[in-house]
Amino acid sequence: MIEPVVQAVDIVKWLGKGAAQVQALKGISLALRGGELTLLMGPSGSGKTTLLSILGCMLTPTRGTVRMRGRSTEGAGPEELAKLRREHVGFIFQSYHLFPTLTATDNVRLALDVRGDNSARAIAKSKDALAMVGLAGKVNAFPLELSGGEQQRVAIARAIVGEPSAVLADEPTASLDGENGNAIMTLLAEIAKDSSRGVLVVAHDPRILCFADRVVHIEDGCIIREERGDAALKKDHGECAAHDRADKPDRMEN
Amino acid sequence: MSLIYRLASRNLLHDRLRFIATVIGIVFSVVLVTIQLGLYLGFGRIVTTMIDHASADLWIMPPGTKCFEDPSTLDERTRFQALSIEGVAQAAPVVIGYADWRIPAGGTFPVFIVASDLREGGLLPWNLVEGSLEALAIPGAVAVDRSYFDRLGIHGIGANAEIRGQKVEVRAVTNGIRSFTTTPYVFTTLDRGRAFTATPANKVTYFLVRVSPGADVESVRRRLTANLSDVDVLTTADFRDRSRSFWLFGTGAGFALFAGALLGMVVGTVIVAQTLYSSTKDHINEFATLRAIGSSRLYIHKVIVCQALISAVIGFCLAAGVGLVVVAATADTALPIVMTPALTLVLFLLTLLMCVISAVAAIVQVTRIDPVMVFTR
Repeated sequence: MIEPVVQAVDIVKWLGKGAAQVQALKGISLALRGGELTLLMGPSGSGKTTLLSILGCMLTPTRGTVRMRGRSTEGAGPEELAKLRREHVGFIFQSYHLFPTLTATDNVRLALDVRGDNSARAIAKSKDALAMVGLAGKVNAFPLELSGGEQQRVAIARAIVGEPSAVLADEPTASLDGENGNAIMTLLAEIAKDSSRGVLVVAHDPRILCFADRVVHIEDGCIIREERGDAALKKDHGECAAHDRADKPDRMEN
Repeated sequence: MSLIYRLASRNLLHDRLRFIATVIGIVFSVVLVTIQLGLYLGFGRIVTTMIDHASADLWIMPPGTKCFEDPSTLDERTRFQALSIEGVAQAAPVVIGYADWRIPAGGTFPVFIVASDLREGGLLPWNLVEGSLEALAIPGAVAVDRSYFDRLGIHGIGANAEIRGQKVEVRAVTNGIRSFTTTPYVFTTLDRGRAFTATPANKVTYFLVRVSPGADVESVRRRLTANLSDVDVLTTADFRDRSRSFWLFGTGAGFALFAGALLGMVVGTVIVAQTLYSSTKDHINEFATLRAIGSSRLYIHKVIVCQALISAVIGFCLAAGVGLVVVAATADTALPIVMTPALTLVLFLLTLLMCVISAVAAIVQVTRIDPVMVFTR
């Protein structure tokens, strides 16, 4: 069996303090495999973003283990987690989070610059990444000169330029119209064809189900169902993974 | 080239008004520090003008003399004792003291008499622009600096006045021999100097010692100290230090200048810190994004420090321009502000240090950034 690029095992996460403390994740296990686009769906407050943050080494779980390319992140400090992020994870955000004062090329190049790669080759790679997302003609454009769809493409180029093991996208189409949303999902599906890379997309838009190889439904901090993408719309809701252990890797439907 | 510099410069220029305010703050601070330290240097130089221009390897003076202007006296016999010491080639007497200059048109003005033996030298006027040293041998002859003409109520060579009831005539004019006390120096011969300052004929203020060719100054100094009683024997450098130390620190003037410089630094640091902090706050999303995509804290700290350094360099360049104007404007005053290459370098390093210290608050702020905030903004 191919080793998952990112694997979360029995993740529990409490957020907040004192009386305001809530359990955001209740014993979730999820493996992100290379060559696969996984869609993480669920209502607001279900724990999608918290899970994405933990898989992307931004947050540490209260309990449970995350393995990035087989390496456990347990006990890793903020700087070690940052190193794992820059070497293995590419992030795409709903509101793009581009740097308005930098050109498209420089925005993409940042992902390499934070790794210490500021060579001429880094500039060439950044331009190649922009070409790959269809922005070869906009390498010198500033974010405000680009449409929302184009800005998200720049963000995708930034996410993939460092050839990460995992690309994690948080609602990448939420700020876009249907046409641009489809174009972005097509691009992410294309990126996910690389067997060395897994793509996880957090979304609640059912129109993008057709792009997923696998769909994971999360609700109230539990994975309630996993299914193949092409059958996602047909499946019924299941029970909370925390109750019947349906979320365990050995019970997955793929 | 790393994007650190580009990010830093664009962050700064993103809000031009704030950047201008930062630069003005730095310029204000650096100019203030320049003036204070320039005054310190200028004061340090001007209080030792006479010592610097005396032709002496060693100074014999009354014990406990604090500075050149200290009017205590020595006995003339000390001179002969000194000349008998091995390695002493010459011991020229100098008499100093305050006197009143009676202005021909009426009224008096205090002057500082510096009197030497014209044949032996010692402390004779320099930078002569009119007249000659030899002319001082003429009865009643004195030399004054032309910058004091108005104050002394005279017009130049040939002008007459009175000191302690004795007629004097200006026979030599110097340029640039100014006193930081604003009391004009009046150069004259030893005998006249004694008369003007009411110094007894067997008393002098200093003996300026020249050592024999090849003699070791420090050895001669030790021998003089061992053989002469009730005197201090200092090298020119030591007397310069003692005099400077008295005027700068004994009077508190140096502390006041340093306090002013420190205040300038504090004001500059606060201004730059405030603007860097608010700039960082404005760009907090971008710093969080950097953190989210895996940048180390060091990378972000470098961006902020780079912002501080860019501000420092631009601020310093402008401040240096203003400083040069101030230096030029005070060049001919009693207390010129002095700017040396070493002071310029020190000021540049201080500016860099000030701006880097200013970055600390902003750095503390970004150190607390939680990268997860990118999902909520």
